[in-house]
Amino acid sequence: MKFLSRYIDSIKPHFSKGGKFEKLSATFEAFETFLFVPGKVTTRGAHIRDSLDMKRLMSIVVIALLPALLFGMYNAGYQHFKLIGETRTFWPIFGFGFLKVLPILVISYVTGLAIEFAFAQIRGHEVNEGFLVTGMLIPLVMPVNVPLWMVVVATAFAVIIGKEVFGGTGMNILNPALTARAFLFFAYPGDMTGDRVWVAGGGAIPPDASTGATVLGNMAQSVIDKVGFSELVSKLPGDLDAFLGFIPGSIGETSKLAILIGAFILVYTGVGSWKIIVSTVVGGLAMGWLLNAFSANAYMEIPAYKHLLYGGFAFGAVFMATDPVTASQTETGKWIYGFLIGMLAILIRVLNPAYPEGMMLAILLMNVFAPLIDHYVLQANISKRERRLKKALKLNNQ
Amino acid sequence: MASKNLKLLINPLNNENPITVQVLGICSALAVTVQVKPALIMALSVTVVTGFSNLIIASLRNTIPPRIRIIVQLVVIAALVIIVDQLLKAYVYDVSKKLSVFVGLIITNCILMGRLEAFAMANKPWESFLDGIGNGFGYGMILVVVSVLRELFGSGSLLGFQLIPQSFYEAGYKDNGMMILPPMALITVGIIIWIQRTKNRKLIEK
Repeated sequence: MKFLSRYIDSIKPHFSKGGKFEKLSATFEAFETFLFVPGKVTTRGAHIRDSLDMKRLMSIVVIALLPALLFGMYNAGYQHFKLIGETRTFWPIFGFGFLKVLPILVISYVTGLAIEFAFAQIRGHEVNEGFLVTGMLIPLVMPVNVPLWMVVVATAFAVIIGKEVFGGTGMNILNPALTARAFLFFAYPGDMTGDRVWVAGGGAIPPDASTGATVLGNMAQSVIDKVGFSELVSKLPGDLDAFLGFIPGSIGETSKLAILIGAFILVYTGVGSWKIIVSTVVGGLAMGWLLNAFSANAYMEIPAYKHLLYGGFAFGAVFMATDPVTASQTETGKWIYGFLIGMLAILIRVLNPAYPEGMMLAILLMNVFAPLIDHYVLQANISKRERRLKKALKLNNQ
Repeated sequence: MASKNLKLLINPLNNENPITVQVLGICSALAVTVQVKPALIMALSVTVVTGFSNLIIASLRNTIPPRIRIIVQLVVIAALVIIVDQLLKAYVYDVSKKLSVFVGLIITNCILMGRLEAFAMANKPWESFLDGIGNGFGYGMILVVVSVLRELFGSGSLLGFQLIPQSFYEAGYKDNGMMILPPMALITVGIIIWIQRTKNRKLIEK
């Protein structure tokens, strides 16, 4: 490592002001800080710098995402072989999924980072680290069959329109990874919904074979078909299967166990807010119970906890809602923000069969409302303190 | 034509564009730009109405009592819009169907009232007429650019002709459904504003 460090120091002058590669300074800095902890010293103001800078913060999120990614690869293979009715051992299954998922991951990173580097060069600021996480999240919320060029278009849209026009990392209103998904969802609905896209090689399957629809897709369909409660329950996968993740779905969302491991890493290191995760789950359960109370159709009757096991609810609650940039910043606001996400997600799922998965829309909507929530939390605090002050003054005067 | 008059025609195309700089008439720009043909007709209609309403109001400007000027302006605009609407129904019925209420809503288009209040009430008829035509063109230009992008990427065609070859679709290309939805029109207008301001730094607000 000494050698690398010395080498970087030796080429540094070329990239700083006056050097021959001055124009590429942003690129150089990105690689330098990626390899080593920056040796920056603050010159005024607070002199204590936390060693946990943004790059390392992002790395923790990436590590927390790894279990979901690895399981997603395995599940991609598992669902494929299940659908074509063949049994394989562990490694061929994982290998198949690995080869399906890896290109999506690589494409997402290459497209996003290329745009980030280009913007950093043009605008003359450092390359932002935000994309390390976004680039990982984008493949995890895609169906495994998504065409690669669509990943390119969606990533470009998310980075440019979702993030760079607002001023880059830390300035965006909407979660970039969800922006990418929402873009594909509305632009190419045929490749983002339905029962053909969730299992690799699903398109080649004869139409009468059992399809690879997601649980949520099946349940939304059951509302349209007016299926009874017992029949609906008989079609659902077992709770253990759903918890471990052996169900069709977006690459990273299926295994609640892997997501739970990620959640522990995020909460233990303090990177993700446990308040948002808890309140989202509570909101989802509350909405589930509320719907149980009405029980107008079979979908409304299913036990509230089952809502958490299907679709992207858990993934969204742990990795999307907790995004520190787009979530509420105030502590009270986080409770409200998470709770409303949970409620809205289940509400959209159950009451609108056109959108089988409500988590994406719920989080994006609450992203937009987060600043408003913060504003009112702050105002409430200010007026509370004002009242306290007035009361104190009154007592003094008496 | 005097250079001052020429400026009246050309300024609204760039520096004082009604859509990208004054941000007027956005609603109709989002609604009618899914295809190029309705956008062209709409651009033409608005240009005719702005031009002639400016001309008429500028000729009457000294006789209109200030307190009821808005009503007088509305009467003139409404009359012109109805004439345009009837003409469209008579000669291009299918496009008129597609534009539906938006021709009628030219009456409430902010560009019209804006130009009448800001220009025609204080200038001579000929200058006002040029100003109206220029603003109509400025509006129409953005409409056409947005609609070309939306029709090309949303439906793969231009003016109804298939432009993206069939082999592309066979290779896996798909039309972008988002382009047909109004939000993408807003984003497209936003990108045009972005490009215009990087070229024309005067427009950037401090």
